[in-house]
Amino acid sequence: MNKNKEQLLNKRYRAERRFRLYGQSAIFMALLFLTIFIFKIFSTGYSAFQKTWLIVPVNFDAEMMMIDQNPSKEDLQDADYYDIALKSMADLDQNANDDQKNQLKRMVSYFFEKEIKNEILNNPSLIGKTKEVYLTASDDLDQVFKGNYPRDLPEDQRRVSDYQLKIFDQLVAKGKVESKFNISFFTYADSREAELAGIASSFMGSIFSILVCLMIAFPVAVLAAIYLEEFAPKNRFTDFIEVNINNLAAVPSIVFGLLGLGVLLAIFHLPRSTPLVGGITLSLMTLPTIIIAARASLKAVPPSIREAALAMGASRMQTTMHHTVPLSMPGTLSGTIIGLAQALGETAPLILIGMVAFVNTIPGSPMDPAASLPVQIYIWAESAERGFVEKVSACIMVLLGFLIIMNLFAQIIRHKFEKKWS
Amino acid sequence: MKKNGVKMIKIKAKNVDVFYGKKQALYNIGLDIEENQVTALIGPSGCGKSTFLRCLNRMNDVIDICSVKGEILINDFNINDKSCDVVRLREKIGMVFQKPNPFPKTVYENISYGPTIHGMAQSKQEMDEIVETSLKKAALWEEVKDRLHEPGTGLSGGQQQRLCIARAISVRPEVILMDEPCSALDPIATAQIEELIDELKKEHTIIIVTHSMAQAARVSQNTGFFHLGHLIEHGSTDKIFKNPDNTKTQDYITGRFG
Repeated sequence: MNKNKEQLLNKRYRAERRFRLYGQSAIFMALLFLTIFIFKIFSTGYSAFQKTWLIVPVNFDAEMMMIDQNPSKEDLQDADYYDIALKSMADLDQNANDDQKNQLKRMVSYFFEKEIKNEILNNPSLIGKTKEVYLTASDDLDQVFKGNYPRDLPEDQRRVSDYQLKIFDQLVAKGKVESKFNISFFTYADSREAELAGIASSFMGSIFSILVCLMIAFPVAVLAAIYLEEFAPKNRFTDFIEVNINNLAAVPSIVFGLLGLGVLLAIFHLPRSTPLVGGITLSLMTLPTIIIAARASLKAVPPSIREAALAMGASRMQTTMHHTVPLSMPGTLSGTIIGLAQALGETAPLILIGMVAFVNTIPGSPMDPAASLPVQIYIWAESAERGFVEKVSACIMVLLGFLIIMNLFAQIIRHKFEKKWS
Repeated sequence: MKKNGVKMIKIKAKNVDVFYGKKQALYNIGLDIEENQVTALIGPSGCGKSTFLRCLNRMNDVIDICSVKGEILINDFNINDKSCDVVRLREKIGMVFQKPNPFPKTVYENISYGPTIHGMAQSKQEMDEIVETSLKKAALWEEVKDRLHEPGTGLSGGQQQRLCIARAISVRPEVILMDEPCSALDPIATAQIEELIDELKKEHTIIIVTHSMAQAARVSQNTGFFHLGHLIEHGSTDKIFKNPDNTKTQDYITGRFG
């Protein structure tokens, strides 16, 4: 009998050990996947924060620029930079034929003309002199310099010719190729050229969308939650509403996109591709999340606090506004931030309302066309050019950073402002 | 208290029935409560004594399914009448709950809340005075005068309950309802509260629901015994405890059930 008991006890302990092992391996698996994912993103994406520059001597010849020796500011603005820009690149190889000159030109971005212009606008005394100017390397050479380019492919399968590689290697040997922090990734809008593409447009688009979403979803959701939780009678109708709020939270986001397309664009004729429409669409999606969070935190306020206030002769409204709502705010706010973080990562509804359009300007208001960060990831991931591969990962890093900051903020609010009651 | 030899009746309950949905919780309660006396309501759990107490300041309104029938006259005015304003009523009838429930705010804000919403103080000084006298009457002033601006939830259980009493008397109610105010407290804190109740009855009419018969005997002048939703017997505490008319009361007092 006693022996049986001991066996049973051992069996129970073994079961517990097994259960612990299952739990630990589940957590290990989750962490492993997360680590692989983050490692992949970072190892592909970190190089996008560096940009390759070619240092090319430019002769600011007044004659070629079609201006006189002492030009005014306007003259400099209107001057012709194409010829000196072209000549500077051609001069990299004195013996180049026409085809090779053309190849030389394509070693830098099509912005090279503007980069040369900026140089002289900053320093007009350069007229007639020669100065080394930093020119953005083409995205393919950028990848070559970062070591991401398969140089051993046959020439006809590469976008970079052997001749370009030869000149580029000469420049590298002379120390005329430099890698610097890629500021333009944050300040430029999207571009068809990978070396000039940045996230400024989509970042601002995301910010504006989130702001619009917050301004619509938060007040509506909080009022709905307060009414349902504190004032509405509990009957079949309010039960029906409650069920449908929960259903709304489960509706696939693309359906909200269709709603935005069908109602906001087709009926109200709001401007297409704008954060305004995007924000309204996202707010419909965020609404149930905030309502559910706000109701949960209103429910968590102990009824004894309400009773205390009511027994003091506070009206229902006073009880709610003076006691219940302030006590529920930390939970409501962190729920709101989590809802907004969800909205920030949303892609499908924005694609439907046209925020997937190619936007090469930075939006100044919610009424200007813009993309958003997740849509930008989608656009770049579809692009064929090798230079966009690292940009996709870099954009994911920015988005993840944004999300982590928001969630951290939600946690801080929850912990710092949550009141403890006896 | 007797004026000209006649007992002054503060509250008169007539034919009060209470229902939770279809379930009847109180049957035809009729009870007179004397002014400036302590009336104890005793009885086993679930007998309806707390329900009756909550009828007196209409706290049962909060419960959707609860309905109250019958007349409850306070100063000869029926509080179940449609013309009765609950906010006004609760200003006159304070309540102290079973579990101390101070607002999660400072000691000062806990006391000043009632006077603020009822507009009882015109200036900061007046408010300070109200806070001080309320705390003094609740015998808490000496303990908290240096921590008025610290959270009320940081006080000990007994102090919190006295804070709740101070909060209730801050609006000078005529009646104070106490729903088992000592059930969450230790004997020392209980003794302090009981002493306080004796002091408070000079200015307020007090109705206390209690599980402890010893407490009822100590603090009250009148006692009502509830059983299964019926008011079995009521009268002076002396009589109920020494010479009850009803055998059920006798059995309960002597501990044969309950």
